[in-house]
Parts: sequence; structure tokens; C-alpha cells
Amino acid sequence: MKFAVIVFPGSNCDVDMYHAAKDELGEEAEYVWHDATSLEGFDAVLLPGGFSFGDYLRTGAIARFSPIMNEVVKAAQAGKPILGVCNGFQVLLEAGLLPGAMRRNESLKFICRPVNLAVKNNETMFTSLYNQDEVIQVPIAHGEGNYYCDAATLASLKENNQIVFTYEGTNPNGSIEDIAGIINKDGNVLGMMPHPERAVDSLLGGADGLKLFKSIVKQWRETYAVKA
Amino acid sequence: MQLKLEPSPEKIKQDKIYQEMGISDEEFKRIEEILGRLPNYTETGLFSVMWSEHCSYKNSKPVLKKFPVSGDHVLQGPGEGAGIVDIGDNQAVVFKIESHNHPSAIEPYQGAATGVGGIIRDVFSMGARPIALLNSLRFGELQSARGKYLFEEVVAGIAGYGNCIGIPTVGGEIQFDPCYEGNPLVNAMCVGVIDHKDIKTGQAHGVGNTVMYVGAKTGRDGIHGATFASEELNEQSEEKRPAVQVGDPFMEKLLLEACLEVVQSDALVGIQDMGAAGLTSSSAEMASKAGSGIEMNLDLVPQRETGMNPYEMMLSESQERMLLVVQKGREHEIASLFEKYGLEAVAVGHVTDDKMLRLTHNGEVVAEVPADALAEDAPVYYKPSKVPTYYQEFQAMESEVPVVEDVSETLMNLLKQPTIASKEWVYDQYDYMVRTNTVVAPGSDAALVRIRGTEKALAMTTDCNSRYIYLDPETGGKIAVAEAARNVVCSGAEPLAITDCLNFGNPEKPEIFWQLEKAADGMSEACLTFNSPVISGNVSLYNETNGTAIYPTPVIGMVGLVRNMKDATTQEFKQAGDIIYLLGETSAEFGGSELQKLLSGEIFGKAPEIDLEKEKKYQDQVLSAIRTGIVASAHDVAEGGIGVALAESVIGANGLGAEVSLDGEAVTALFSESQSRFILSVKAEHQEEFERLTDAVQIGRVIEEPVLNVSVDGEQVIKLEVEKMKDAWKGAIPCLLS
Repeated sequence: MKFAVIVFPGSNCDVDMYHAAKDELGEEAEYVWHDATSLEGFDAVLLPGGFSFGDYLRTGAIARFSPIMNEVVKAAQAGKPILGVCNGFQVLLEAGLLPGAMRRNESLKFICRPVNLAVKNNETMFTSLYNQDEVIQVPIAHGEGNYYCDAATLASLKENNQIVFTYEGTNPNGSIEDIAGIINKDGNVLGMMPHPERAVDSLLGGADGLKLFKSIVKQWRETYAVKA
Repeated sequence: MQLKLEPSPEKIKQDKIYQEMGISDEEFKRIEEILGRLPNYTETGLFSVMWSEHCSYKNSKPVLKKFPVSGDHVLQGPGEGAGIVDIGDNQAVVFKIESHNHPSAIEPYQGAATGVGGIIRDVFSMGARPIALLNSLRFGELQSARGKYLFEEVVAGIAGYGNCIGIPTVGGEIQFDPCYEGNPLVNAMCVGVIDHKDIKTGQAHGVGNTVMYVGAKTGRDGIHGATFASEELNEQSEEKRPAVQVGDPFMEKLLLEACLEVVQSDALVGIQDMGAAGLTSSSAEMASKAGSGIEMNLDLVPQRETGMNPYEMMLSESQERMLLVVQKGREHEIASLFEKYGLEAVAVGHVTDDKMLRLTHNGEVVAEVPADALAEDAPVYYKPSKVPTYYQEFQAMESEVPVVEDVSETLMNLLKQPTIASKEWVYDQYDYMVRTNTVVAPGSDAALVRIRGTEKALAMTTDCNSRYIYLDPETGGKIAVAEAARNVVCSGAEPLAITDCLNFGNPEKPEIFWQLEKAADGMSEACLTFNSPVISGNVSLYNETNGTAIYPTPVIGMVGLVRNMKDATTQEFKQAGDIIYLLGETSAEFGGSELQKLLSGEIFGKAPEIDLEKEKKYQDQVLSAIRTGIVASAHDVAEGGIGVALAESVIGANGLGAEVSLDGEAVTALFSESQSRFILSVKAEHQEEFERLTDAVQIGRVIEEPVLNVSVDGEQVIKLEVEKMKDAWKGAIPCLLS
């Protein structure tokens, strides 16, 4: 399986995504610079964290206009797995691939620490290896992770079982309904503030995020590799 | 047009306009002699920044000469952007610490942010990939609104820059004392890793080669920043706000990635950051170091504002700029590499063989000065030195054991002292994990960052107890280096080298110069003991507010090598039943201690003694025990003594506790700050081997119940729930800020 790690000017978790896919998962991975115009040959797309274009306007607001985003949208429409983490999640919101918006953390401060998450939907291609309601530890590192959406959107997220991760215990940023990660209706675009790619090696404090990546590979193998 | 408004050379001399730029009468005379004529306004500006203390070290050079700077593993000592030490496998570690004190006192967010930006550029200008940031901060005691504002904004500025550029801030230290109320200290350190083959220097070799400018455009910000950094602060300092630069971490991220690609090209000859004194220092130093000259056409310098004159362009300290020397004819190769990142690399001049820095503007030569005169020939001052009376009084004092009524309560109060309290409020705001190599996060003795693809890791720490140094600069200087080494050793690493940031008061005062000399003596001796030369550093003098100096604060940044990640060790107790050991001896030493400050509100008396040979012996014992794999936890005993060290070892121990019994008198046993001591824990099965390897004595056991029980000479003096200590320790700083 081959992962594309999209690199915008100012992305800084691209290296972490790359190594998670390559070293810990043992799959193929390649960096794709933001002005590329093709994602041919890639089976999944990873949008990493960081500060794309400095986040000087609104987080992710400029990155959505990068040429590669046309291809990301096409890949999403084609049903390929798209994972946006932190700034990547923000880009997905700005690109309209996921509903809702991001506000600054309630504390108005950047927060970096491991947090507990509850897996609220384990029937996705990103979470099939977790148990329903399993509590996992994954780090956050953001200043703007306070997810918000209007009541109608929230109702629809709930109805379609699109809330995949919620903060368990303390909500670090004030997000609505403790939301930490959501998926699109089609179930192939996941955006989340916590960093699963930082939780893939117990030497660095935990490997609870690894199952997320393994779930993607499992689904892909079941769909394609096994047939072939 | 603006040029015409500048004072004429004659007027500069006659009205002594040079004095406003920090040049003395004596120095002006020397400039006249060097040039054989009067300098014009631009040239006067060039000399003023290059001969400032910040750039020339004219007051501190005689002191800096004391430091050992070479060693078997040193690939690059002081003098370049950062120092370099070999770590084997054709890799090396690159690091440096630098101050941004004055800017941070005036504009804390940007002052701190640009301090981080500057030190990162120093590291990647060597060709190295920055892998970690640390810092060392000093503030007043968080009592005043201004003091809290400075603290919060400095932390936010460090976080803002480091988080955005994506280099983890993995460690640091913060101390609080009234002496820093008006003059906080903000020292930033960056550590990078490089393959030997990629090492670059800032040298302008090859006559005819092209000088290229890359990065942000030059604006009118930061003009005379280096001069400002070489003055005392006073009520008028607020007016110097224009001397503070504004940082753009996004621009620097682009510059960093682009430069790391460019250093792979053999078209690149030399590269240097435009830091203090911007275009002036980078061009003059690159020429001087290579024994060449540089001619630049200032019309070609990318400018953010219209109508900038040569003086402004040369003295601007706009951030995120680099100067490159590139092989003639291959400029386009370099330019196209930068283009990918949306950066423009512009040819602004060329290398000459006449050793002059020559500048043209609007077709005229506007400055023509020997590069060496700017970079190397600043006067060196041997300042008078005098033993301060306070020191003699302190030395004459008998050491006394403070009177403590309730030992448990005192320990609780010590844990709430901001210097001792948890700095979680701070590092919670730093992305300390990005790049996913942080093995030991902030909060332990030293941070550990692995080197991907190897078994190795780097231990890094910043340390300096300025109270000890104030009481006794020589002893305190030794302790600062020894403590840094102790922290590195406790994390399982062997010390490699140090970088230092000498923060002192006004060196023109003989008592201050004495502090500087003595501290350097102590540090040098300790560097030799721990085989850790000084490979880079920075001097920040004139740290005074309205005539009162800070405590002498020579911050030590040390990097150590963990040969194998299995040696990585932290300070928390690991398992019930483990035996707790104390290595090192305790005597009644309270001068400069947290207990003394807590009880009396001031510090006095003698600093703790240190025997460097003994310290080295114990550190070697600890490291060899760690390397045999039998040490469960290791923690150095520092501020607050054994009481605080034990508390810190149980607080992080996931619900465990400790049962400890000590000998002697309770206050001394628990709170003395005697040096060269360690708290270690070891599995019972390793008792024999551990005792064979070290001189440590058994003092207790790790227990299931989350309590800290301590008895001294058979009498129980502490019985505290770990949760209660943890709340006090973690809650202290948020509580002071709310």
C-alpha cells in the first residue's frame, strides 16, 4: 500500500506521518509537495499537522487553494482513505470535505500533552482494529482545536455516526460535545486533532495510534490486495 | 535624497554624534587611524555595531580566553554560527545558546520569539538539521502585574516560534528572583545534527564568487539592536522598542528547508545568518574569516520599504535573512532551489581580494572599510576588577542551620516555590514531540532526543543556579557546570561539551567584572574535569535596571551522548520494592538555598562547597551503573535538597510512594543543598552489584502506598500523601498567575 504525505509550505508533522507509515507500518510512503497536480499511484492520502502558510489567515484557509487539493478532493470522491491530522483536519474543514469549523482553544493557549480519547465508532476503515468505546492515549499539540458546528450539523453527525473520537475525561480545548475527530458520510475522510502518528512507538511514550494506521492497511488489503 | 540629510564626517566628529551610537572618543580616534580619514555616517554606523560588546566581545574577550575550547571530539569551536562535536558514525551534534534579554524586557513576545529564530538560524547555517530547542529563563517572583506579563508573553513567544517552525522545545529551566524583575533573562538554545560531509562555514572564499541575499526583505526594524543590547536598561528603554525585531516563523521554516537543500549543492561556498548587526556582520565576518573582501551594491538588496538609505540597510536587524557565497556562474542553481519555497535569492555583490567591505548605492561608493577592522580589530578592554565587599562579608559568616518548626509543612512550602514547582504550565504550551524523536520529555533531569536510524540519543539540559554564583562566583561557576553534567549523567549520557550564555551586569563596574572573571575560572576548571569544552556561546552584559545588576547568571547548555537508548534513565521511582539509595555526603549548607530564601526572604553566607574530583568520581559511578542496566531511576539533588528530590521522584511515579530513613539532623538531612549528590533506585536483585559499583548508601524503599514517609535518626519527620504534594507542586505557578 502506498501513502501520499502532502507537504504544504509550513507543514511540520510530515516527517512524523512519513515515518509512521514507512517505519512503523512497513508500507510505502512518499512526500508530495503542495503544487503537485497528480496523486496517481497512491492508495491513501495523509494530510499532516503543522502551520501551513504560517496559519496567518485562518488555519488551513490558504492551503485549501494549493493545486494538490484538487487531487485530494478527487481521491476523496474516488473513495480512497484520506486522513487529516491537526492542521490537516483544519485543511479538510476549509476544503469542505468535512463539516464544521475550528476555533482557538478555550484557554487561548497552545496545548501539547497526551490525552485520552474514546473510540466512538469502530466501524470505519480507520478504526476497525479498535474496540467500540475503547479508551486510547494519543497526544495533542494545537492552539486551534476547538471544533464547532451548528446544531443541525451536529445532529447529522450524530445521526450518521460520524463522530469517531471524543476526548475522554478532560476536554482540553472546549470542542463541542468533546469532539476530537469526525468522518465524512461516505466514511473515507477522517479529520482529527490528536496526533496518532506520534503514538506509534512505545519508546516515545505509547503506541495506541498504530492501530489506526493498521486499520487503513487492513481495509485496503481486504478490498484490493486479497482479490489480486 | 536622504543621504544628504546625514551629518557630514566633520559634523560627526565635531558634535561627537558617534557617542549616540555607543562609540567612545578613544574608539573614534582609532577608527580615524584605521581609515586614514574621517568615517562617514554609514561607516560610523558599521563600526558602532561591529564594535559593540554584543558583536565584538570587547569587554569579555580576556575572560573568554580562559575557557577550554578544544577536545578530541570538537570539530568546530567558538567563532562560527555554532559549535560542532563528533558523535561517531560520521555524524556530529551542533549547538549554541544565545541571549535575547533586552528585547524581551521591552517587547516580551517578539523578543523571545526572535531569540528562538536567531539561534535556529545559527544552527542551520552550519548545514545542520535542528532537532531540539531548549531555553533558560529568569524572571521576578511573579508578584507584579508586569512580572506576570513578561513571564506569560515570553513563554508564548517561545511557543509561538518553536511550535510553528516545527522544532520541539524539549527542555529548559526557569528561576525566579527579585533581581530579574526589571531585567528578565531569555536564553535560547538550539541543537542540530549533521553529517560530517555537510558541515558549512560562513566564509567568503574565491575572488569573483557571487554574494547572494536570501530570505525576508530588509526593513527598518531592529536598527541598532546590537548596540541596544550592550546598554543598561532604564526608564527610557521603552523608547528603544523600534530596536526590537518582529519574527516570522513561517518564513524561517521555508528558509530552513531551502537552506538544508542548498547545503547539499557544491555550488555553495559559504553561508551565514544575518543576526545581530544584520548585513554588516554577515558580510564583514564572512570576508574577514576568509581573508578576502566583499563588494555589495545596496540597490540590489531586497527592501521592504522605500527610500531606505545605506545606514538603515546595513544596520537593520530584520529577521529570517541569510547571506550566501556561491560559485560564480552557478547562481541560477541556487536560486532555483530557493524558488521551490517561494524565496528569492538575489545576487547583491561579489568576493574581492582587497580585504575591504565596499558598499555602493545609487552608483556611488558609500562605505569602504577594511573587513578585518570591523570583524577582528575591535579594541579589547582589560577592565579593572575588584572583590566586592558583600562577598567578603558573606565569606566571613558562620554557616547556620535555619530554624524549621514543621518539616512536612516546610517541604510543602518548598514545593510551591516557583523555582522548584512544576513547570508544566510552561511546557504544556511547547510542542515538545514534533519530529517524533523525544524519548524523555520536559520535566526530568535532562531531555533525551533519539537520533533516528541509530541506537543513540542526545541528552540535553540547561542549568545555572545564580544565587550560588552571586555568593561565590568561582564556586558557583563550578557548580553550574557540575550540575549540568550531573543531569546529563542521570539521564544515562556522557557529557560531550557545553555552550554558555554569560549574563552579567555592567562590566565597567569592577565588582561586576570580578564576578565575570571568577565565574569563568570556576566554569573552566569544571569543564576540564568533565572533559566538556566550551564549543560556542554568547555574552550578555549590561543586564542592569536603573543601576542594579542581576545576579551573575552564566547559563550552561550541555549536550551528552547516550550510546544506547537502553541506557535512557529518568528520575521517577519505577516499582514497589526497589531500594532507594543516596550517593554523596550531606553537610549543613544553606547559603543561597531555597530554604534560606523561603525563611528569610534573602540569600547570604557561603555557597555550597564543591569538590570536582569527588563529583566526577560519583558521576562516573552513576553512569557505569546505568550502563550495566541495573538503575531503575536516577535524580540529581539540587534546589530544596533531598526532601525535594525525593518528592520529585515519587510525584511522577504513577501512584507509588517511598519509605526513607536518613541520619543526622532533620533540617540538614532534608533541605541542605550540598553538592555532588544523587537519589537512585535499584531492584532488590541488583543490590549487590550496585553496591559494588558505587559508594551509594541505602536509605529506603519504594512502596505501594502513595505516601512519602521520611524519618531522620529514627524520628518520623515527614508523612505526606503524594497526591497532596503533587497538587501543591503542579498548582503553584498557575496559582501565582491567576
